Amino acid sequence: MNRYISYFRPVIYIVIFTLILGFVYPLIITMLSSVLFPVQSHGSLVFNSNGSVAGSKIIGINFTGPQYFVGRPSATNGGPYNASWSGGSNYGPTYLPLIAKIKDRTEFWRNLGIEGEIPSDLVMASGSGLDPDISLNAALLQVPLISKSRNISSVILESLVNVESNRQPAFFSGRYVNIFALNKALDNLSQEV
Amino acid sequence: MSPIDLSTDIIIIAFFMLLLTIVAYFFGRFLFSVFSGKISGTRTGIIERWIYRLTGTDPDNEQEWKEYGRDLLIFNLFGGIILFIILSIQGFLPLNPQEFGPVNPLIAINIVASFITNTNWQIYSGETVLSYLTQMSGLTVQNFLSAGTGICVAIAVMRGFTRKDTKKIGNFWVDLTRTVLYVLLPLAIIGAILLISQGVIQNFDPYIHTTGYGTAPGQILPMGPVASQESIKEIGTNGGGFFNANSAHPYENPTPFSNFLEIFLILLIPSSLPFAFGFFLQKPRQGFSLYIVMALLFLLAFSTLYGFEYLGNPAFKDMGITGIPMEGKEVRFGLLGSALFSTASTATSSGAVNTMYDSLTPLAGMVPMILILLGEVVFGGVGSGFYTMIGFVIIAVFIAGLMIGRTPEYLGKKISVFEMKMAIVTILTSGVLVLILTALALIIPGGKLAMHETGAHGFSELLYAFASMANNNGSAFAGFDGTQFFYIISGSLVMLLGRFIPILAILALSGSVAGKKTLQSGPGTLPTDSLSFIIWIILVILIIGILTFFPFLAMGPVAEWFIMSGGI
Repeated sequence: MNRYISYFRPVIYIVIFTLILGFVYPLIITMLSSVLFPVQSHGSLVFNSNGSVAGSKIIGINFTGPQYFVGRPSATNGGPYNASWSGGSNYGPTYLPLIAKIKDRTEFWRNLGIEGEIPSDLVMASGSGLDPDISLNAALLQVPLISKSRNISSVILESLVNVESNRQPAFFSGRYVNIFALNKALDNLSQEV
Repeated sequence: MSPIDLSTDIIIIAFFMLLLTIVAYFFGRFLFSVFSGKISGTRTGIIERWIYRLTGTDPDNEQEWKEYGRDLLIFNLFGGIILFIILSIQGFLPLNPQEFGPVNPLIAINIVASFITNTNWQIYSGETVLSYLTQMSGLTVQNFLSAGTGICVAIAVMRGFTRKDTKKIGNFWVDLTRTVLYVLLPLAIIGAILLISQGVIQNFDPYIHTTGYGTAPGQILPMGPVASQESIKEIGTNGGGFFNANSAHPYENPTPFSNFLEIFLILLIPSSLPFAFGFFLQKPRQGFSLYIVMALLFLLAFSTLYGFEYLGNPAFKDMGITGIPMEGKEVRFGLLGSALFSTASTATSSGAVNTMYDSLTPLAGMVPMILILLGEVVFGGVGSGFYTMIGFVIIAVFIAGLMIGRTPEYLGKKISVFEMKMAIVTILTSGVLVLILTALALIIPGGKLAMHETGAHGFSELLYAFASMANNNGSAFAGFDGTQFFYIISGSLVMLLGRFIPILAILALSGSVAGKKTLQSGPGTLPTDSLSFIIWIILVILIIGILTFFPFLAMGPVAEWFIMSGGI
């Protein structure tokens, strides 16, 4: 009997550990999290008024201007902000097509009348391709454009950006804003005005 | 970007290192008590005893190094076979809401080699290929077990130096069971819950089709049991992401706090092991000096990476762009969170990424490369970092002994020809594999097609790929396309050889020193816990690394740096 067991010992160990680590552990975590953090564990979803899902609070989506604040460039496969295939451009720092791309994006902002320095996050693609945030400066830079297209004063918009940016922990990384939250707040503001 | 506040960053780093040191000290003590069997006899040990009864394991029956190594190999082999089967039949199994079919057998072999060796090199994109069941019952399990295997070896090596006149270095099954039950699993549970509180997802929902908002179109949001895998991925220095973007993905790493938590978890066990070694020896200073070696190299690497990214890329400054190069980085992590994560992930064998290394400026990108090429001894992989470091210490002791005319000995153990051979095999196996295969890839037809870019940067991508696989890191300069036949096969081989040859060599070394007498230290003994010896080990590590890889580094990142600076 003992010899029989020792022959199959590795297999028994694999089976036991697969049960504990591959099933019991993830299932316990799933059950705990659905009680403790029901919103986060299911993706921090944002719902429309009719109950359908608009998106996720923490996954970037591809806004276009000038009605809305625009997020970072995204290099995901199959078009920007493709949430089902995350990833960055993986272009090296001396790769000419990358430099050309960044130049194009810089010119895009210049053509809209933006002068002065452009924050790097606004012209360079994120690592995930789904970055939900832009830096505070990248948001402030867009205020004049939004102001013109929505007819809201720049001062109000700037304070809106600042309020939204204060919702994010800035201690480690400098101040930034969540694009989705900012644009929702912007729509609410427009309705009030 | 907001201007970077250097002084704040320095304070954060200082605080981080202090916290790490304190926690590592206590966790090292905890590891020592776990592996001395202090928990097993208590009420908490009931599951452990139950497992021994079910498997017919006698916990008091210790093994010689050959038996220990044999059981380790057999266990990993069976684990690999089971994983291969799961990958091949996932289409017929439940928890597959996206109805993914079987994984291509060649890819499956690569995944198996990658996950049982703690490499977690990924030539697939998780959200487009693998079912939830595969991710949790296949990959999550191997995340635990490959980490556990590394820790077992480290503990066996510690025992070897602690003992005398015996051939026994412990029982693999006992060490493995204790690692999983008392170290990895509790940490993973705590880590997962904390990560979920920040926004990491954990569910079995099907992918969600969203409507979008305003001008932004809808998306397909992938779901899955991410947090339970994410936490062990960091704790076990595995690094295989649930999603393609790995820890840059907001569902894997949603906030600055989750980012720091993940960095801390990556470093926790590797930095505790030297302390545990000190407690095993009952000479805490010996363990602490190894920790200092690692910590100093870590800070050196971090400041280099941080510094070169801070300096940025002159090409972009000329266009009127401010801030650090953000290509491949996430806003919420900033420079500090990106640089610290990258250093931690490549100093250890983690290979998780929150920043795309391919897009780092050349000399900043060289830091992860060097950390990996040095054999991941700067904290290193769970277990593997420690035992590779012991290899370097043996070499350092030997060279120092030759220079000052003393018999080389470490911790009272005479270092003879056999130990030297084993130490050399431990530290050089991966380097030899990297050099041979990088050269081979350049001369075979089609080898260069995998490179995304030509010239110096393309060479860096190739060098990084083999460095990462041979040292079981798993991160990549991800422009590199590892899906060609040659790279799938050679990559799988390199991962397996780079993992198991050093393991067997260091186990043999441990068995050999366990059988020796322990000499009392006298006036003729070279002290191995002094500041001068700490500096000496650092120099030996750097010299061996540079001698082995300098020409390759010169052709890759260094050449590219000259190009970027406009010199050539």
